Amino acid sequence: MSVDTATVARIAALARIKVTDEEIAAMVPELNGILAWVEQLGEVNVEGIAPMTAVIPNQQRLRDDVIGADPLTGGDVREKVLSNAPAGEHGFFGVPKVIE
Amino acid sequence: MPKTASELTDLGVAAIREGVAKGEFTAVEVAGAFNAAVAAAQPALNAFITLTPEKALEAAAAVDADRAAGKPLGKMAGVPIGMKDLFATTGTKTTAASNILGNFVPPYESTVSQKLWDAGAGMLGKLNLDQFAMGSSNETSAFGNVISPWRREGSEAQLAPGGSSGGSSAAVSARIAPAATGTDTGGSIRQPAAFTGISGIKPTYGRCSRWGIVAFASSLDQAGPMARDVRDCAIMLEAMAGFDPKDSTSLDKPVPDWEANLNADLRGKKVGIPREYRMDGMDADVARVWDEGIAWLKDAGAEIVDINLAHTKYALPAYYIIAPAEASSNLARYDGVRYGLRDLPQGAGLQDMYAATRAAGFGPEVKRRIMIGTYVLSAGFYDAYYTQAQKVRTLISRDFMDAFQTVDVILAPTAPTAAFGLGEMVSDPLAMYLNDVFAVPASLAGLPAMSVPAGLDRQGLPLGLQLIGRPFDEQGVLDAGLAIEARAGFTARPAKWW
Amino acid sequence: MSDYRIQGATGEWEVVIGLEVHAQISTQAKLFSGAATAFGAEPNTQVSLVDAAMPGMLPVPNRECIRQAVRTGLAINAQINKWSRFDRKNYFYADLPQGYQISQLYHPIVGEGAIEVQLDDKNPESTKTIGIERIHIEQDAGKLMHDQHPTMSYVDLNRSGVALMEIVSRPDMRSPAEAGAYLAKLRTILRYVGSCDGNMDQGSMRADVNVSVRRPGEPFGTRTETKNVNSVRFVMAVVEQEAKRQVALIEDGGKVVQETRLYDPDRNETRSMRSKEDAHDYRYFPDPDLLPVELDDAFLEECRASLPELPDAKRHRYETVLGLSAYNAGVLTAEVETSRWFEALLAASATQQGKPESEVAKQAANWLTSELFGALNKLGKGLLESPVSPDAGGELLALVGKGTISGSAAKQVLEKMLETGDAPSVIVEREGLTQTSDTGAIEAAVDAVLAANADKVAQYKGGKEALFGFFVGQTMKAMQGKGNPQLVNEVLKAKLG
Repeated sequence: MSVDTATVARIAALARIKVTDEEIAAMVPELNGILAWVEQLGEVNVEGIAPMTAVIPNQQRLRDDVIGADPLTGGDVREKVLSNAPAGEHGFFGVPKVIE
Repeated sequence: MPKTASELTDLGVAAIREGVAKGEFTAVEVAGAFNAAVAAAQPALNAFITLTPEKALEAAAAVDADRAAGKPLGKMAGVPIGMKDLFATTGTKTTAASNILGNFVPPYESTVSQKLWDAGAGMLGKLNLDQFAMGSSNETSAFGNVISPWRREGSEAQLAPGGSSGGSSAAVSARIAPAATGTDTGGSIRQPAAFTGISGIKPTYGRCSRWGIVAFASSLDQAGPMARDVRDCAIMLEAMAGFDPKDSTSLDKPVPDWEANLNADLRGKKVGIPREYRMDGMDADVARVWDEGIAWLKDAGAEIVDINLAHTKYALPAYYIIAPAEASSNLARYDGVRYGLRDLPQGAGLQDMYAATRAAGFGPEVKRRIMIGTYVLSAGFYDAYYTQAQKVRTLISRDFMDAFQTVDVILAPTAPTAAFGLGEMVSDPLAMYLNDVFAVPASLAGLPAMSVPAGLDRQGLPLGLQLIGRPFDEQGVLDAGLAIEARAGFTARPAKWW
Repeated sequence: MSDYRIQGATGEWEVVIGLEVHAQISTQAKLFSGAATAFGAEPNTQVSLVDAAMPGMLPVPNRECIRQAVRTGLAINAQINKWSRFDRKNYFYADLPQGYQISQLYHPIVGEGAIEVQLDDKNPESTKTIGIERIHIEQDAGKLMHDQHPTMSYVDLNRSGVALMEIVSRPDMRSPAEAGAYLAKLRTILRYVGSCDGNMDQGSMRADVNVSVRRPGEPFGTRTETKNVNSVRFVMAVVEQEAKRQVALIEDGGKVVQETRLYDPDRNETRSMRSKEDAHDYRYFPDPDLLPVELDDAFLEECRASLPELPDAKRHRYETVLGLSAYNAGVLTAEVETSRWFEALLAASATQQGKPESEVAKQAANWLTSELFGALNKLGKGLLESPVSPDAGGELLALVGKGTISGSAAKQVLEKMLETGDAPSVIVEREGLTQTSDTGAIEAAVDAVLAANADKVAQYKGGKEALFGFFVGQTMKAMQGKGNPQLVNEVLKAKLG
């Protein structure tokens, strides 16, 4: 499988990265080189092989339903949450107006 | 006996800790000496993104006070370290070497860095790295290249310190930090360690908490120490490792006494030599050092066994599907809404703001990987790429597990070449990716793996040997590393030109 | 009942409906963080560093969310998947801090199940089984406010990361009534189980309504999805409006476009949500920050054992064991609070009368559904706000059952109870409502009435038996309403011979 300029433009849009036509043109051969190379994986016989789900056998632990059991992952930290906001106002994050 | 500043900066973790504990020198003296060395080297090496001399001094003063008060001292007491700028540090800018986080000041501390401070370490500064840890030469940083302190004999050409933990490897090898944290996703601790003649270990996936480390590829990322020798790595890894309930993939296992149990006597151990790693056209110096390594481990009492890791050649392509796929999703949060860069062109709507912000904030390699990752996950391609890669990953892991039925540890080169020059590889991303060919398989299988310096190539540049162990058997890796270290007699260090 | 059909210009159309219901799981903390979930907090105060997707933050699942989803699955007789995992659904929006929603696509925690709905509450035979395809767990998104600033929207992440169950039905419904009945029944089950409070006006439960139309018997048409419909009534309206719109569109030679729509209750119409229509390619993949969720038998057993009696079983028991009418059984089990209230009332009444519940159940059911509901209705109050407690109601029923007061006196006592909140015995005492069962006193009163109305006695004996009621009335009047009506009857009959 290989990509063309339209595909690269679509992927960039999907990834929300603004790209110029020149950038797209440069990316096409680059991505095609990488994709052609990774496609050698298709040679591998994977019949009956399950995709890896956990790299080291380990079970999902579950948390108790307690508010703020660990303050590092609890709420009530509005100042911290907003401390780096490019547009934090009145306790909210501001973004350009969205018309729904 | 009082020591000079350069004598102090020649000391590693164990020696500093011991000297401070015995009162041979104070932690503040050590921090001061390293702070000065960092400041002097920074213009030439650019190993750091942010310097925090006051943090180093503050931690050192606390250790000195504890010692004076007769309180017990931590595993890293009095040791100032460099912190890769991928670990969130409260109140200190954490950038991941990207413009998109160029002004980000975390209101929280990563679990691993907190553990190090709790163990008595201090922070010299935040170390440069490849942007979002994506790279093998530290040339993708938004804050400039890190220059390796090493040079080829008779040349002043600038060399890569490896990547992504290039600031860490440069700082430790230049002796401006006794040790540094690294993170390893597909070789980012081991390859830079090999390039700069230092030691570094990536523990079993899940040993070190990922909480508070800027994510690259979640199923691969592991933190680990980079230091001058195996013992220092063992000490620092003990301080960094441990169960963290905030990380679902953290291992709920006690941290072994790796340092206390170090044992270079390998009698009764079997060392596997993977055939598939001896590739066509292998660098002669790399092959020679590998052979020497085999001889050293024999000398340490180990039995050498040829093994097969049949799917080795597929590891790198699988990695370059899985890691970008995870990264494309992990990096979606950098959108200019809650923190970091926001680029809001005149009249732009929300989605335009995202696209502009991410275009301005991410470097070319990060964009490239996000693009690959987005593509391989997109409708119609998911199974052919991602599912296939995860199946191949299962096979790669299975190869290792089969080998570990027979052998205790695997010996291989860390990287296919010594350090290359800055700019030599940047135009060809694929060639750069191939530099991780020996490092990536252990990452995909989540295995503990370490690089130790083993010798110099014909141009006088360091070469590393890699030891790969069973899951949870960091001890076996460290022990074999120690056996090599004892026999390699690696004392080379970069001549100070900065 | 006849099939629901849209009468188009070109003939009859059938509507096909499937619902995706998002139900907030009742928990203290969020799905992957320790921030609180309570409704109505100050903006961004219930947001952890994890919910704000700060760099390096990681999710750890809340056990209660898993447990409640499993209990819900068991309640709809669904297959529980002992191995499930979380996937990431990738898209960019300001209410989605991570840039992906953690959800379950490939391996949901609950598989196929079913719910039986009754379409006519007077007709127990009017049932239909609606298939449920799956239940998965996912994160809720934050909230955008558009009216606070001239050029900006404001983002509040309080809801971001709250646990939802998405309950996906099969396209088994064929009318607005079926869709409404399904949603109402699902809500009842969730509230019985306790996995969701079902407060649709607070957004804890909302439905995405999938509607398509077809000629009866033909394959499914193209469907539209109307998002976030937040009441049973609106769901029914959406089905009706959307089906009509699609029929008109097709009959005009147009084509239904698969799209997302919004319901505007003020205009009672749906409209296209074009702003969210950009290329849906969610790039689902397993969340590498999380491991597969593996449930053991002990966990499942606890989930099963902790389930309450569910509405269908309870209704059946009310009818067969307690002998209630199908209608009363339906009314008393429709809301979990009503059945709890009724069962408390029944227990109190039975205990005080020293009788088995089955003997006093009808009395309790009738009193609750007609007397108390009627009285509360007049006061504009719900059962949970009733000034009369189940215990007090039980006491009142016992007073009637033991013959201490008459049925008509009981009505007066209830009124006073609602007014004053006093215990029924206190009211009966104060108002002197105890009925007389003293045969001597009744006989004396009867004798006096008969003596004073000798002419009517003669007429009665002459065959005008309708006068019996007159004698009862006169006797009760003479006794100021306190005569035990049964005894009054007996004595009169004996005396009039």
